[in-house]
This record gives sequence, C-alpha cells and structure tokens, in this order.
Amino acid sequence: MSAGEALIHARDLTKRFGDLVAVDGIDFDVQRGEAFGFLGPNGAGKSSTMRMIGCVSPITGGTLRVLGLDPARDGPQIRGRLGVVPQLDTLDNELTVRENLLIYARYFGISRREARVRADRLLEFVQLSERAKDTVEPLSGGMKRRLTIARSLVNDPELMLLDEPTTGLDPQARHAVWERLFRLKRQGVTLVLTTHYMDEAEQLCDRLVIMDRGKIAEEGSPLELIRRLSTREVVELRFPGDVPTVEPAVFNGQVARLEALPDRLLLYTDDGDALVPRAHEALRPSSVLVRRSTLEDVFLRLTGRTLVD
Amino acid sequence: MDYPLRAYEYWLRSYRRTWRGSVISSLVNPVLYLTALGVGLGSVMKHRGNALGVPYVDYVAPGMLAATCMQIASFESAYPVMAAIRWTRQFHAMLSTPLSIRDVIAGHQLYVASRIAFVSAVYLAIIAGFGAVHSPEALVAWPVAIVLGLSFSAPVSAMAAWLRRDEGFNALFRFGITPMFLFSGTFFPVTQLPHGFREIAYATPLWHAVDLMRHLTLGTASLWPAIGHVAYLAAWAVAGLALARRTYTNRLVT
Repeated sequence: MSAGEALIHARDLTKRFGDLVAVDGIDFDVQRGEAFGFLGPNGAGKSSTMRMIGCVSPITGGTLRVLGLDPARDGPQIRGRLGVVPQLDTLDNELTVRENLLIYARYFGISRREARVRADRLLEFVQLSERAKDTVEPLSGGMKRRLTIARSLVNDPELMLLDEPTTGLDPQARHAVWERLFRLKRQGVTLVLTTHYMDEAEQLCDRLVIMDRGKIAEEGSPLELIRRLSTREVVELRFPGDVPTVEPAVFNGQVARLEALPDRLLLYTDDGDALVPRAHEALRPSSVLVRRSTLEDVFLRLTGRTLVD
Repeated sequence: MDYPLRAYEYWLRSYRRTWRGSVISSLVNPVLYLTALGVGLGSVMKHRGNALGVPYVDYVAPGMLAATCMQIASFESAYPVMAAIRWTRQFHAMLSTPLSIRDVIAGHQLYVASRIAFVSAVYLAIIAGFGAVHSPEALVAWPVAIVLGLSFSAPVSAMAAWLRRDEGFNALFRFGITPMFLFSGTFFPVTQLPHGFREIAYATPLWHAVDLMRHLTLGTASLWPAIGHVAYLAAWAVAGLALARRTYTNRLVT
C-alpha cells in the first residue's frame, strides 16, 4: 500500500436489510494515524458501517477498501490486521481473563509462547494483571470492556474498530477506557470509533462524521463542526413553568439561533455573559447557565433532536 | 490449512473445565449399562430362552455404543453451538479474526469427532472386557463411531444455528434422539416393530450404525452392506455440513 493512501476508503457505501436501508450511500476516508468517529443516535447506521469495515457484514452496494484490500475477497487477510472491540462483549465468561486472551491470540495464529508474553503485557496495559486467573463472569462492566480492548490488541493491529467502547459504563470506568485509548492514539494506532456520547467524540476524535438515518450529515474536526455549525457559547435558561415561546429578534441580534427543548431554552450567541442581563429581563427564567458550544449543539441543529434519548 | 485447528483449540480449552466429570462418566456409564442390561437382563433372558443367537450382553453392547455416540454428538452440537452464537458469542469473536464460517464449523466438528473418538475407544475396550467382542473386526467399529458422530453433530449444529430459542432442542431430543435410542435396534431387532415403524427405523442413521457395529463386534460383517451403511451415515454428515454452512452464515454474517 502506498503512503498517503487512505486506510479506509468508502464511496456510496450501502447496507440494506430487506427493505430497511441501514447505510444509505455514504462516502468517507480514514487516514493512517487518525482517530475517526462515527457519531449519531441509535439506528443511524454506525454499527452497520463498522461491521462492514470489520469484514463481518457483506456490503450491499458501493465501494469499500480497508487497508487497500477488498473485504469481499480478502476478508481473512484484512481481519488479521484489525483490532475489533464489538458493541456487545464476546468474552467467554466461564474461561479466565488470561485464557480469553490466549484463545483469541491463537485465532490469529500467534504461537502459544508469544501469546503468553503478549497476554501478560496487555493485562498490564489495561491494569487487569491481578485478575488474570479469575473467570470473566464476576468482572465489572468496565473491566470486561478493558479486557475486550486488551484482546483486540493481541495481534498488534494497524487499525482499531471500537463500536461504542464506553456505552453502559460509569464515569470512572469511561475515563479509564479513554485513558487507554489516548495512549494507543499516541502510539500511532489508527482508531475508528462509534459513539453517541458527544464528550467521547470531543475527547478522542481528530475528525468525525455525524450520521443520521443512514446518511452522513456533516464531517469535520470537533472544533470545526462547532465553529461552522454553532456559536461560541450557549445560554441555557430553565423556567418554573412551561418554556416560553420567543423570537430571536427580542435580543437585538445578540442571539444567532434559539432552540426550545421540553425542559429548557437554548440561546446560541458569541458572548453569553453579555446576553444574560437581557435574558433575565425579557424572560424571567428560574436559572441561567452560560457554557461553551459542544457537538451536542451541532447535532441538535442538524437533526432537531438530542442524541441520547 | 490450520485455521480450523485454531477454532478447535477453543473447544478443547473450554472442555478442560469439565473434562474430569466427562471422562469419569465415559468410563462408568458403559460399565453400569452393560452390567444392568447385559448381565442383569441377559441372565433373565437366558432362563426364558434367548432367540437372538448370542448372549444378550454381546447383542446390546454395540447398540449401546452407537446410541451413546449419537447422544454425545447431538448434545455437544446443540447447546454449545447455540451458546457460541447467542450467549458467549464466541463464534462472533472468531469471525472478527482471520477465521471464516467454514473454519468455525470445521473446528467444532473436529472437537465433537475427538470426543466421540475418545468415548468410543473406551467403550469398545469395556465391551471387550465384558467378553462381548467376537472378532478383531471390532476395531473397524471405532472409525464407524466417528462417522456416526458426524452424521448427528453436523445436522444438529445446523439446527442449533437456525433455532431462535433453545426450547427447540426439547423437541429434537423428545421426538428425535430418544425414540431413536429406544427403537433403532439398540435393545431389540427392528424386525420386532410393526410395519410402518420398521421402515422409519431403517431410515434413521442410528439403525445403520447399530447394525454395522453389531456385525463388526460379532464378526459377521460383510463388505458391501458395510460400505452401504457408512455411505448412508456419511451422506447425513455431508448434508448436515452443507446445511450448517447456510444456517451459520445466515445467523453470523449479516
């Protein structure tokens, strides 16, 4: 593969299940060393896309090249160079932590001796060395996730596919997983991940696409997307009763856009503090919060919906 | 191609958790069954006049051997396969590595074949210990047992991939495996069955295995019928593998 060629190249990529169009003709490229994210609500087509890249789901239409190869023809060869963290764990709960790694290493044809060396090193990396001899069953969700990440690294992958790596984890466990992923990113491993957490995407991704109903709605770095599609700051107003109906004009051009959610009103502005007195005077909210724009705001603007519902 | 062996290793490692109990039952069960049925029931029959031409233990032992192989092969292909698809999801794990569907199937069938190879070797030795082996041809019953195992493990694993819930296995064992165990010539000649049932018994793979193994341990086998029996068992195995390839693919590669 020549330098500069994309690690993943997709054009008009499509996946249909009967009448349902899960992925509807999307284009994207992932470069070596990048952390690339697919962001979107459940059912947006993220997992279907990941499964096609992982060569476990045949494409219905379009073109897909992974590591310069064709998944339809070179599936086994591609999979040998991928590290996959699936959405649902595929650990054997009745085997020990270490055995799960050894078995998985053998699937890649790694020798027993080398598998033992790598298993011990990876358990260290995800801080599970002390649990090596325990069965997987009683481990917490976060530990199982870390084990799955360790397992996905056993073949020294060039490209890691992480499908919702931290869904269902508590905040500490999420940070522990992020910390490991950061380290991998620093080591130059290409990461492709899906998430419906905005903070996760902002933390980890150099570049991302926002997917909605099988299509790519926007593409860019988190910062670019926020700059392009939102304002610098947001003023969040909460009310004792119903959220009032109001036009942006009330704020004399200080508000670029406003969004009424069931429980609060969002005012998009470049200077939140300057807007607060006027908002108090005009709307009499029960509480006011000024914050920076996030990807959540971008998503809200693109789809009119919040991500995690 | 060592890919199927990689999948096979998973099953061996998984078996290591329960091997002690499993090995003990493959030693103890034949002794118990052959003592109760062969020696116990056999001595009653001797006093009442035995129309089989050989002592009952000699008659029933190869039948029990075949029936045991059928049960183990079916059981090892039912719940473990469903587990690897739905509960441990280990087949999904395998398929995210260089392994493909045919490696996943072959690795598992190889494991079932190994289990049968061990169990049937022990069983044959115990039958010999009961003095029920009349000819060195009995050694041929060993590979026949493995083909018999595959004639069940292949279609049952195809079914396990196809089923949505494990309740379906109840039907398989209730209406398939158990009636075959009782009526396919294991304990008494199929000719004792009324017409209609007799033909069904002849169609079961178990009957072909029982008939062949009995001729082999009693030293009365002849070549062409033997080849016919093996070919019939092999046909079930091959058809089962083709079906498994489809049901595994439908379930796992979507």
